[in-house]
Amino acid sequence: MNISAIKSIYVYEMARFFRTLAQSFLSPVLSTCLYFVVFGTAIGSRIDTVDGVSYGAFIVPGLIMLSVMTQSTSNASFGIYFPKFIGTIYELLSAPVNFLEIVIGYVGAAATKSMFIGLVILATSFFFVDITIQHPFAMIAFLTLTCLSFSLLGFIIGIWAGNFEQLQLIPLLVITPLVFLGGSFYSISMLPPIWQTITLFNPVVYLISGFRWSFFGEADVDVTISLIAIGGFTLLCMAVIWWIFKTGYKIRS
Amino acid sequence: MSVMIKVDNLKKIYGSGFEALKGVSIEIKKGEIIALLGPNGAGKTTLISTICGITVPSSGSVLVGGYDIAKDYRHTREMIGLVPQEIALEPFEAVISTVRFSRGLFGKPRNDAYIEKILRQLSLWDKKDAKIRELSGGMKRRVLIAKALSHEPQVLFLDEPTAGVDVELRKDMWDVVSDLKASGVTIILTTHYIEEAEEIADRIGVINHGEILLVQEKETLMQQLGQKQLRIDLSEPVHSVPDALAQYGLDLAPDGASLLYTYDATGERTGITTLLADLQSAGLVMTDIQTQQSSLEDIFVGLVKEKQ
Ligand SMILES: Nc1ncnc2c1ncn2[C@@H]1O[C@H](COP(=O)(O)OP(=O)(O)OP(=O)(O)O)[C@@H](O)[C@H]1O
Ligand SMILES: [Mg+2]
Repeated sequence: MNISAIKSIYVYEMARFFRTLAQSFLSPVLSTCLYFVVFGTAIGSRIDTVDGVSYGAFIVPGLIMLSVMTQSTSNASFGIYFPKFIGTIYELLSAPVNFLEIVIGYVGAAATKSMFIGLVILATSFFFVDITIQHPFAMIAFLTLTCLSFSLLGFIIGIWAGNFEQLQLIPLLVITPLVFLGGSFYSISMLPPIWQTITLFNPVVYLISGFRWSFFGEADVDVTISLIAIGGFTLLCMAVIWWIFKTGYKIRS
Repeated sequence: MSVMIKVDNLKKIYGSGFEALKGVSIEIKKGEIIALLGPNGAGKTTLISTICGITVPSSGSVLVGGYDIAKDYRHTREMIGLVPQEIALEPFEAVISTVRFSRGLFGKPRNDAYIEKILRQLSLWDKKDAKIRELSGGMKRRVLIAKALSHEPQVLFLDEPTAGVDVELRKDMWDVVSDLKASGVTIILTTHYIEEAEEIADRIGVINHGEILLVQEKETLMQQLGQKQLRIDLSEPVHSVPDALAQYGLDLAPDGASLLYTYDATGERTGITTLLADLQSAGLVMTDIQTQQSSLEDIFVGLVKEKQ
């Protein structure tokens, strides 16, 4: 293991993040505030409670998940696409590193960034609503796994993408809709039965539900299923990355 | 001298089906400077990229310092520094941090004193905190060199290092290269410019259409280049070389208006004096004479043409 290389990639990527700290910090805080104003206050005042939780508090886990998933994907995909785009990838390819070390460096950095953003959103939401986290360790575990798996997904997208459109394509067409329809802002039980069934095909539902359980002890689906879902998704991404590693897909000509 | 890089029957067929390297074999000695000379699309960059691990060979083998580039890639890549042909740098990064990054990426512990040394050597020290996008093209190229040297490589590849570089930087660059050579680093550079190869290389390799046409000591090559040609313009065209001048092996220009005499400029007797005297006694009147030296360029163009 070239630990020094992993560290270099990680530190270098994090430096990029800290260079634009204000922006990295400000935009999630701002959008959280907006969500609270719109959903929590304006709409939420007309909704009493969901599963016994005030609507304002109810949306917090969904809001965090929404940001964390999109941030992980975009950070990680951009992180590896950018060197490809400007040509600095030559250095990674000629360095004494293997693909695993590259993945750990880039995905680790992307996951750390989105984790940080998730925690910032959580902290911000304390200003708006009262929340107690019933299962803090489970909360951290879900958050970490989500950051990790979506960063892996982002990395795969970044390797695959041949241009900026493709880079945006999957987040835009797949991830955002799934996340919005995955129960970020509502409980599945609020839907008509037919939609409840359809929604269960959306993998994101399990992640949000599990994460929400760690806050309120209430879930749309069994927590075990949530854990299996997120674990399975992480493994799937790892398998794809392993395949990319084996075949050199789109990395080395 | 021991062999540093041994390329054996290396072939590269790109995904498009194009055969960029057609069985290249070459041995590069430890501590030498070798210049690879070849026209656009010859396969120079492909050869370098393959040795460095950026492109995957289709067949054949490469050993660097005795290690196989596929099996022992960690060993081989640690030994190599690469200055790519195209400038590729992150625009918002500071000079020093990108150089430090390179060092770490190649598995070396942080060493600020060493980084300072190479930045000073490349006249980049006062720009160390500048962002890449604030640098001129020539400075960016120096940053690429600094990055390539950051991990103290034993082999340095310079892929067209003087493209877009002014005379002064070129001189600086050759100073750096000479220092590196003195410290035992093996240097492989590619260029289109023959003078450049003449100026700095120990050996010269000519490559075209994915094949090595020639690899030779520069001295040997230069001796072959010692041939000079004397061109004698005549006031009256002649149909054939007069018999009296047969011993000189003269060539007649197509229009018959000049005679061409080829001689070895490095020899003790060139035979020019007697030729001119004999010319006069043969009754030929000269209007002008000039000499030409065949250059590496001529050899190169000749080689490249021959193969086409
Ligand atoms: N990724 C690629 N896919 C397909 N063909 C390629 C690729 N890279 C290079 N080639 C082709 O391989 C040949 C050799 O290219 P290469 O870049 O090695 O030439 P070169 O000698 O470095 O030329 P130059 O002096 O212009 O830099 C060219 O015909 C080029 O079009
Ligand atoms: Mg080239």
